[in-house]
Amino acid sequence: MAEHLLEVRNLSVQFHTAGGTVHAVRNISWHLDRGETLAILGESGSGKSVSASAIMNLIDMPPGEITSGEVIFAGRNLLAMPDDERRAINGKRIAMIFQDPLSHLNPVFTVGWQIIEVMRIHGIAPDAARARALDLLKRVGIPAPEAAMRKYPHQFSGGQRQRLMIAMALALKPDIVIADEPTTALDVTVQAEVLALLGELQKETGLGLLLITHDLGVVADIADRVVVMNAGEIVETGTPDEVYHNPQHPYTRKLISAAPGRGEMHEPNATGEPLLKVENLCKSYGSFKALKGVSFTLQPGETMAVVGESGSGKSTLARALLRLDEADSGHAYWKGRDLLKMPAKELYQLRRQMQMVFQDPTQSLNPRMTVYQLISEAWVIHPEILPKAQWRSRVEELLTQVGLSPAHAERYPHQFSGGQRQRIAIARALALRPELIVCDEAVSALDVSIQAQVIALLDKLRRELGIAFIFIAHDLPVVRDFADHVMVMQAGECVEVGTVRQIFENPQRDYTRRLLDAGLDPDPRVQAARRMPKIRAGREVG
Amino acid sequence: MGKKMMRRIVSSFFSLVALVVMVFFLSRLTGDPAALFLPIDATQEMLDKFRELHGLNDPLVQQFGRYVWDVLQLDFGDSIRKARPAIDVVLESFTWTLQLALITIALVTALAITIGSVAAFRPGGLFDRFVSLVSLIGASAPDFWIAIVGIVVFSITLGWVPTSGTGTVWHWILPVAVLFIRPFGLILQVVRGSMLTAFGSAYVKTARAKGVGNRSIIFVHTLRNAMLPVITVIGDQAAAMLNGAVVVETIFGFPGVGKLMIDSILQRDFNVILAAIMVTALAIFVMNLLIDIAYTLLDPRLRT
Repeated sequence: MAEHLLEVRNLSVQFHTAGGTVHAVRNISWHLDRGETLAILGESGSGKSVSASAIMNLIDMPPGEITSGEVIFAGRNLLAMPDDERRAINGKRIAMIFQDPLSHLNPVFTVGWQIIEVMRIHGIAPDAARARALDLLKRVGIPAPEAAMRKYPHQFSGGQRQRLMIAMALALKPDIVIADEPTTALDVTVQAEVLALLGELQKETGLGLLLITHDLGVVADIADRVVVMNAGEIVETGTPDEVYHNPQHPYTRKLISAAPGRGEMHEPNATGEPLLKVENLCKSYGSFKALKGVSFTLQPGETMAVVGESGSGKSTLARALLRLDEADSGHAYWKGRDLLKMPAKELYQLRRQMQMVFQDPTQSLNPRMTVYQLISEAWVIHPEILPKAQWRSRVEELLTQVGLSPAHAERYPHQFSGGQRQRIAIARALALRPELIVCDEAVSALDVSIQAQVIALLDKLRRELGIAFIFIAHDLPVVRDFADHVMVMQAGECVEVGTVRQIFENPQRDYTRRLLDAGLDPDPRVQAARRMPKIRAGREVG
Repeated sequence: MGKKMMRRIVSSFFSLVALVVMVFFLSRLTGDPAALFLPIDATQEMLDKFRELHGLNDPLVQQFGRYVWDVLQLDFGDSIRKARPAIDVVLESFTWTLQLALITIALVTALAITIGSVAAFRPGGLFDRFVSLVSLIGASAPDFWIAIVGIVVFSITLGWVPTSGTGTVWHWILPVAVLFIRPFGLILQVVRGSMLTAFGSAYVKTARAKGVGNRSIIFVHTLRNAMLPVITVIGDQAAAMLNGAVVVETIFGFPGVGKLMIDSILQRDFNVILAAIMVTALAIFVMNLLIDIAYTLLDPRLRT
């Protein structure tokens, strides 16, 4: 049997926490060959990153403990090596790229220094390291490399920062690159470019790429083989094609069926008096124009999705409509009355009817309030809705409605999972019987299977209660399944607005097409068909 | 940056003016210098003459106007007690205080940062627990008590260092040591906490994945990030010392500005009080400016 480039055998890792021992991974084995891309796919808490941390010696012990297994690289067990020998391998022969490059780059050193550092540690002379750093910046497509060397991480865009991380990882031509969710924090078009770059560099250097991801689309796009993990164990291994089209394990089947973007598209047909009619909305922050004249109409009970990349003005639009920020000019007619000009007293009444659900329920729910307090607070502010005697029973009813148990009322937010917390946030919004709920990336932070459940919940509420939604999202497949209308935004302007079918099947504008093309399909066959023209298009754009 | 600095200078100037006005009138409330300065059996004629000489017979507002006019010409008046220009008296004491403060703060900074960083690297370890205990005791021990115990043990019993005064290097040891203890304990804790946060940050993970050694992770990658809150506390402590360490200076007979201020208040030597306040205020202002500059040097994100 030929030796693998890297082999993990029977690895088990535990974490000893105040709440007891957590088995992060149990007895997992996998291998990576030269020139191969292996994806480890899993949701949060599945242990998908743990083996990478073990390989890189990044597990803090305590609280972590490696209870069994070995990691064989170049004929030796990494886990049994002394620290200084492992340091000589880290960065030189095995390099790592992380999610969220802004926090993973040191904010107080120039990027040139940080790239050169990895070469200096491993014994390259300063001049040679500098020259190589410049070459790398050119290779990963950073404009004006000379000047870029002297800049700091915060002076680059998200995509550029990830390119800098890639340059740093490739500096010493490693045998293996481990990429932990490398594109999760990036916009779709940027994600496509970064994945294409990783693919090209792999072909050039023949390195083995270990990709850790939660995204079936990423797997379909670049993986040769995939390892599916759930609750610390490997449930399935195979090529992306086998795993997607012929999943053996129930968990894999569940994961694949939860992938959004393949349901029936909605065919909106409502006519009559609009619930909300926005005209020419403008908002600037200093000299930065966040909204440059946005207009759209929303019928009662319908869903308008607002899509676009970061900085396109999606959230500013939501804040302006709820009057969390005041718009500079324009109109927004709520049942015929301009809500942007409403006096405070009327606005207070209106706030009941427009509710918001935020992206991160961990931050938007007060950690020191129980679920009962969080939900009933709405009636403290608007006492005319419900007499106090009925609060308890209504809270329990709402919890049941969002799929939680009435017994949860006395718990605190931290006692719930991310998906459950988002349900609490939805119950809180429903407490005021709103006619419109604005969801600002309300499902973006959730795992795919949880996301599917929350979307199903929102859909049920829409059908049963006739609530209209403004659904801000960057994830197009979710939008495709959920929305009636779609507005595509770019740089504060509305690029295109239409029914979901018009936008997804017959986009009129280049930008919309590019956005749709950049999205990754979870089906490896569909994605393979898309890949070639997309990379070419990406190069022309980049 | 320049604009921010300008605004800072202007607002500091107004604070200084308000301070001078307040101290000028408040000090006049303490009573008549003539009554303190002249012997008890001084005749009315002598008292009148003394008051006339120092302009104390004019209405208060007129005295204040004259004082401001003189200060604008950099004349801070004479010390009644020492019959010398007040500013000379103050600068002489201030030089002593400045030396004491600089030596102490330099020692505190160097030791607190090194020890705190190493302690934070293995939180809960033996060294860390020892350091935490020492810093807790240091931060909470009252300086007058330490000063007296220090004199009893090291000067009287052991006879290693002089009890008070100035003159030789040995005279500095006890005042610096006593002044050192509290800020050291305090800053040590801030460094430890700040470094602990920094060690948990994502860029440390990146550094480890690059193969960076422990020493470089502590003293290169995290230290600069962890310094921002530390610098604020160092600034506060240094400001307190520039004001004059009254207790320490009094106990050790150290001729610093803190002791001078207390003496002048007791002796109603108004010009010296005012000059001392203006000099220390200026020193604190300059130090705050230095801290601002240190901030922007340390963190490129603040350079906008």
